[in-house]
Amino acid sequence: MLRFLAGRLVQSALILLGITVITFGLTFLIPADPVRMIAGRSATPETVESIRHQLGLDQPVPVQYLRYLGNLVQGDLGRSYVQKAEVTELIASRLPATLQLLAAAIFFQLLLGLPAGIYSATRRNRTSDKVVMILSFIGVSAPQFVVGLLLLYVFAHKLNLFPLGGYGTLSHVVLPAVTLGVTVAGWYSRMSRSSMIEVLRQDYIRTARAKGLSEWRVVLVHGLRNAILPIIAMIGIDIGLYMQGIVVVEAVFGWPGIGQLAWQAIQRIDIPIIMAVTLVAATGIVIGNLLADIATSLVDPRVRHR
Amino acid sequence: MFRTFAAATAAAAFVFATAMAQAEPKQGGQMVVTYKDDISTLDPAIGYDWQNWSMIKSLFNGLMDYKPGTTELITDLAESYTVSDDGLGYTFKLRQGVKFHNGRELVASDIKYSIERAVNPKTQSPGQGFFWQIKGYDDMVSNGAGELSGITTPDDYTVVFELSQPDATFLQIVAINFSFAVPREEIEKYGEDFGRNPIGTGAYRMTDWTLGQRVVFERNRDYFRAGSPYLDKIIFEVGQDPQVALLRLKRGEVDVLGDPIPSANFLTEKNDPANKGLIVKGDLLHTGYITMNVTEPPFDSKLVRQAVNMAIAKERIVRIINGRGVIANQPLPPAMPGYDPNYKGYAFDPAKAREMLAEAGYPDGFETELYVMNTDPNPRIAQAVQQDLAEIGIKASIKSLAQSTVIAAGGEGTAPMLWSGGMAWIADYPDPSNFYGPILGCGGAAPGGWNWAKYCNEEIDALAAKADSMAGPDQAAERIDLWRQIFLKIMDDAPWVPVFNEIRFAMHSARIGGKDVYFADPIHIPVNYEAVYANDVE
Repeated sequence: MLRFLAGRLVQSALILLGITVITFGLTFLIPADPVRMIAGRSATPETVESIRHQLGLDQPVPVQYLRYLGNLVQGDLGRSYVQKAEVTELIASRLPATLQLLAAAIFFQLLLGLPAGIYSATRRNRTSDKVVMILSFIGVSAPQFVVGLLLLYVFAHKLNLFPLGGYGTLSHVVLPAVTLGVTVAGWYSRMSRSSMIEVLRQDYIRTARAKGLSEWRVVLVHGLRNAILPIIAMIGIDIGLYMQGIVVVEAVFGWPGIGQLAWQAIQRIDIPIIMAVTLVAATGIVIGNLLADIATSLVDPRVRHR
Repeated sequence: MFRTFAAATAAAAFVFATAMAQAEPKQGGQMVVTYKDDISTLDPAIGYDWQNWSMIKSLFNGLMDYKPGTTELITDLAESYTVSDDGLGYTFKLRQGVKFHNGRELVASDIKYSIERAVNPKTQSPGQGFFWQIKGYDDMVSNGAGELSGITTPDDYTVVFELSQPDATFLQIVAINFSFAVPREEIEKYGEDFGRNPIGTGAYRMTDWTLGQRVVFERNRDYFRAGSPYLDKIIFEVGQDPQVALLRLKRGEVDVLGDPIPSANFLTEKNDPANKGLIVKGDLLHTGYITMNVTEPPFDSKLVRQAVNMAIAKERIVRIINGRGVIANQPLPPAMPGYDPNYKGYAFDPAKAREMLAEAGYPDGFETELYVMNTDPNPRIAQAVQQDLAEIGIKASIKSLAQSTVIAAGGEGTAPMLWSGGMAWIADYPDPSNFYGPILGCGGAAPGGWNWAKYCNEEIDALAAKADSMAGPDQAAERIDLWRQIFLKIMDDAPWVPVFNEIRFAMHSARIGGKDVYFADPIHIPVNYEAVYANDVE
């Protein structure tokens, strides 16, 4: 088990290193000169060059990369070009909001997705199954900014049930979390449906039925216990799926998380923030995957002996 | 009958009450302003975007300022000033008893320190170049001198500037944000983070900054202008989607939309009788224009450039932007001194334009490229221009690209035509000089400069230099007149097609009052936070 863990950790570290190379490289493809952005439109060429030199952007690219990496190891993500603040501080102040939203979204996603999938599995190929699957398909396909604005308009503006965006109380978190959760719930209902169908075919389910257990006991106790394992493991992997949604949803709802930070930074080409958020998101995905691997290996010994 | 009468009385009473409220604003109350983007730095030497520009103005002061809602200069930290006969010496007497938010009194050395800080290359101030005329500037910028020899402080309440050459815009320069007074001890304490811990002498003090959520300003009770400002508190809520902010304004949770009213809602809201008096408009010191690179064929031909000027249906373009602008026929916007209201410009006349093209040697037109920034409405405007050009035989292909790419193409001179939308010049200070040097003068035509037409007429450059050396107060009218002539001469050369001057439409709640122009102030863009007030103060 320890060897397995160590191997996975080394792998993760290598992946992250690769990601730093890619994000660092991408910044050179962005058609914007950060120095000109800092210097402003009225700057003279001398001012521009002086700032370039002070930022060390006149040095060779490998030197710049090594310096970036060196700072990174010390937890220094650089300084924002537009906001003129430490990126580490900007991210640290916003990470709790994002984690809170993520947790709430996962809650809603399971709340909506699992029952829908189980229900569909037990009604396989009947009309109700098809209706649920069509709904889940719509959930997966609907653009999140549309869902978000729609929910805001109906439940906040018209019905006055929730605040119009913002952050703070529990009622603030409901609409953005539902918006995020709906998309992923679509995937989960499909996954839990197929997982459940798989389980319901097993011999022990037939045995359970033969024992004369009630159908809901068969499904919820014997079926679900086995069907849910791959789903729980998936949550870790899904953090990646959430990262894209978070950018849009946080922007629409005025949720002060790192997705909103990224959205603003992209619009204003604030390269250090874009790099940092990408890195944090990638780290989240890598950790999620790592946890999923560990969870799976705990449940299924075959994985860790492979 | 009676009901109508009662209604009329009620309406009259309401109007009267509103008029009363406007006649006697009271101090107190608060206001919520929303922005889509986070506030960037509030350091006056660094901040240079339209969002923090006005916020900085209400936290800090300079020697000079502008009368609210106008472009008229008034003294601010200075009590009075004198200009030497040769225009090279400016002596400012400071107000006494002005205090920084940390309680210390402002003295002359603070003014010297603050301007030197903006010029010091270590500060990386985008405003550095504005102070070129102060003696010692080159030494400080290039040779590492620690101070500007041209600023001296004979006593605590006197600042003397010595210029290396006369500059008629100098009073504007000491009214610009980059010159605002900052306390040295706080800069040394906070270093680069001063921008998040701003301490000035201004009407408001910043009391809270919750990253990504809100910035709070509270009234500076020791402000040197008695009775100002009106509001006790301004809460800036950031990260607010403009659509959502609009809904919140209707619900009474928000008082002022800091961002423009979303295009999709603009006409509905503007035509909604419920919003009467709440949507106000003001002039920006802005012109939207098409540049033509005069250094390369076919636009090296004046006839071709004039023909293009006659081919563009500007009215249609103003319709594309929902009427949020007025048609322009010269580089200067109407609110800028030197604008010529009598100038007629080039009339829209495609037939004549075709003839002129033929005369210039392009009877069948030509092919060219039009660079444009890729965010709405700019590509749509470019398409309108493309159609207009096609009418006279010019086939323009549209290069719709990211803002920085378009600016780079303009700066390097690789864009034959460029629509300025989304990156057009908005004046730093209300003087025609600021609309010439960087964008139409020979200096701005260097690689990387903002003169995208690469237009450089040395005769005009000489006239501009002459105009800016006319620093005497008695020469002001003559000087503006000269600038007017300069811009008409430029229009004769036609390096640009001036298309429209943007009008800013701002929306505020009924709770907040103040002259319309305070919500769309030409200097305190976008809102003059010092001049507006709450109507519901008891």
